[in-house]
Amino acid sequence: MSLEVVLQSIFSAAFIATVIRVATPLILPAMGGLLSDLGGVINIALEGIMLAAAFTGVIVSGFAPQWFPGAPAWSYPWLGALAGVLVGMAMGWLIAFFHLELKTDIILTGLAMNILASGATVFLMFSFTGDKGSTSTLASARLPSLQIPFVNNVPVLGTLLNGENGTGYNIMSYLAFALVAVIWIFLYRTPAGAHLRATGEMPDAAQSVGIDIRRVRYQALVASGFCAALGGLYLSMGYLSIFQANMTAGRGFIALAVIFLGNRNPIGALIAALIFGTASALGTRLGTMAIPPQFVEMIPPAVTIAALIIYNIRRRARINAAARRFQEQTAP
Amino acid sequence: MAALVEMKQITKVYPNGVVANKGVDFSVEQGEIHALVGENGAGKSTLMKILYGLEAPTHGEIWLRGRRVEIPNPHRAIELGIGMVHQNFMLVPSFTIAENIVLGSEPRKGRFIDRAQAIAVTEELSKTYGLQVDPTARIEATPVGMRQRVEILKTLYRGADLLILDEPTAVLTPQETDELFMAIRTLVNQGKTVIFITHKLVEVKEISDRVTVMRHGEVTGRVATRDVTEADIARMMVGRAVFLQIDKPPVQRGRVVAEVRNLGYVAETGRPVLRNVNFSVHAGEILGVAGVEGNGQTELVEVMTGLRPATTGEILVDGKPVQRQSPRRIRLSGVAHIPEDRLTNGVALDATIAENLVVDRYNRPPFTQRGVLSPQVIRKHAETLMQQFDIRAAGPDALMRSLSGGNMQKVIVAREFSAEPVLLIAAQPTRGVDIGATEFVHTQLVTKRNEGKAVLLVSADLAEVMSLADRIAVMYKGEIVAILDNGPELTEEEIGLYMLGVRRQEVVTKAA
Repeated sequence: MSLEVVLQSIFSAAFIATVIRVATPLILPAMGGLLSDLGGVINIALEGIMLAAAFTGVIVSGFAPQWFPGAPAWSYPWLGALAGVLVGMAMGWLIAFFHLELKTDIILTGLAMNILASGATVFLMFSFTGDKGSTSTLASARLPSLQIPFVNNVPVLGTLLNGENGTGYNIMSYLAFALVAVIWIFLYRTPAGAHLRATGEMPDAAQSVGIDIRRVRYQALVASGFCAALGGLYLSMGYLSIFQANMTAGRGFIALAVIFLGNRNPIGALIAALIFGTASALGTRLGTMAIPPQFVEMIPPAVTIAALIIYNIRRRARINAAARRFQEQTAP
Repeated sequence: MAALVEMKQITKVYPNGVVANKGVDFSVEQGEIHALVGENGAGKSTLMKILYGLEAPTHGEIWLRGRRVEIPNPHRAIELGIGMVHQNFMLVPSFTIAENIVLGSEPRKGRFIDRAQAIAVTEELSKTYGLQVDPTARIEATPVGMRQRVEILKTLYRGADLLILDEPTAVLTPQETDELFMAIRTLVNQGKTVIFITHKLVEVKEISDRVTVMRHGEVTGRVATRDVTEADIARMMVGRAVFLQIDKPPVQRGRVVAEVRNLGYVAETGRPVLRNVNFSVHAGEILGVAGVEGNGQTELVEVMTGLRPATTGEILVDGKPVQRQSPRRIRLSGVAHIPEDRLTNGVALDATIAENLVVDRYNRPPFTQRGVLSPQVIRKHAETLMQQFDIRAAGPDALMRSLSGGNMQKVIVAREFSAEPVLLIAAQPTRGVDIGATEFVHTQLVTKRNEGKAVLLVSADLAEVMSLADRIAVMYKGEIVAILDNGPELTEEEIGLYMLGVRRQEVVTKAA
């Protein structure tokens, strides 16, 4: 494939559709991580939670016909999703319990959760399906996509609003964007959101006005488990329809980077997630050219590093500019 | 007048065995301003924390308006109409003033915060009690005096009738203190009751109706303020007569030891913190630096001692430039430093006294011989200094953590003074230190000065600067706005005008 074709494919509605699909599993965990981080309890187990939820969703939806014989077939993906979300929330609660009650270090606790999830999912996958690589032998369900009617006949708009195949985006993609708006309103317009931000920024102040900071932090971590679980479910029940060992591939950690690049605010995090999404989508497109795949895989991390460097250069520049102004002022 | 609050036989024993309150009886009458005074560690904060529900008493009862009450948490205290303004402000920096005031009990419109209402309530409270604030300003951008008013409004918003103010004037200029006192009187006129914790005796005399004095966890005096003098209260606080005046011989200014030229510092955030700072310190004098905290004093000291890099300008010690050198190099040039933040920069809490006393010299003989430490020499050194500086502890091997604030400060003073500096930089040397140790530190500083050392004294306590310094440099917004000769004709009010930026000397920016 020539460069021309690649460029053409980049500047197309289909490319934007790809970006949205790739960004979805970053936006969801980033929103969860943002809630816990603003509450002063950083959740670095987003990766593990996504993985555990992705696995649970596939297993429960795949075995639903056996486990819930009376349930109608349309309910299988929803049973899977429900189970996945519950597992995610339980893991969030567990981190909160270890950190807040037993006073463990929150970073180490998160790290332990990640290792646990990575090992436990493979172990359980083998127990349930007899396979250690993926659940391809299991007929698991997919979460539905939402198709917007009537626009498919309009050339660009159809692709933009309903994706390349015109089948519409997965329901989780809609949920991801909706969640950004909901979380923004929650954080900046509701009392509970103000309490969360106060708890993270100045715990003593929050406590002194009667806010139960322990409860706030429990809620924040459980909510972060919920959001991260949605991201994981999208991967195994939307983006793909199987579970693969360690299929999250670092997305939980990129989501953490997204939070900080987005200046710890939901809109910023959304933009940062879309930038990462663009980088990954670009990587996929370039993969079709005669470029070594190792190089292509380097694009998303390279963008991360570049973004951090640019962020710091700008910060230094601001400091230096201030120093210069100030030198000029004080020069004799 | 009826007693609003009565605390009866309050005893508080902490899990580590420290007895903070021993059978304390304390009562406050409706509508009075009651001063609670005592040295650090006398137990006054503990007593107030018990009243505000932050600590549970081991024994004792609290009676409020004639009824016995249990106050297990601050929430309950707030319900009972008790409000507390803490010494460290409990405000969220990125929130606006209105948001901070309503935090935890926000006015609502459906599920959302009613922001217009929050601002309206703030403005109304502000007007009623004469406490001026800007409801939409963010806390991080407001001066300390306003933050304190916000704290008071916060308690009033929650319906407090009894306000506990914990050392409220520690961070204020004299003018701001006057404003605060006016506000307190307004509050009392409107039917509120105020408990005022302090260790500044002048303030006790000025503002309070009655005073309760505490020492070592017990009440040592309970009197009507008009019946006693400052000296009486001081005696009740420390159990002996205290010299409130420091005697020092007239200044013998020698050569210039330290010279600061066009010093500037820009913080990490890009904010200029020090601008065009010029001054010199001579041998045999104490140069005091006064100013409201947060006007660059901390950064000035940290830049001079190598903890932060200077952005512009020069610092000369004995004629040699030391700016942007490491703290060790600067120390070797003859600079000693009593740091403001004792616990972070002054001592290693989990090391012993002996170790803390050699951290600046352990690598030189006689403490190190052929690359190996000599424990006996280090121990002997510690024993000598502990005796010389009256450090009370179990022994040289006692952990720093086990010492009281006053003894900890004596360890630092011992180390820095025994380093034989030419320039001694003392930042807030008596903060959080009891009267006994304060007296000791003051005497030591004057002794060094009399020996012909140059002393730079930075303190937020204006009375301290005025009683010790020979000249006083006033900082405002990162600049030195005046260098004044200290003498009987110099008043607190005059310095206050410079501290607030109302007045400035034009010559200081040029003259060295």
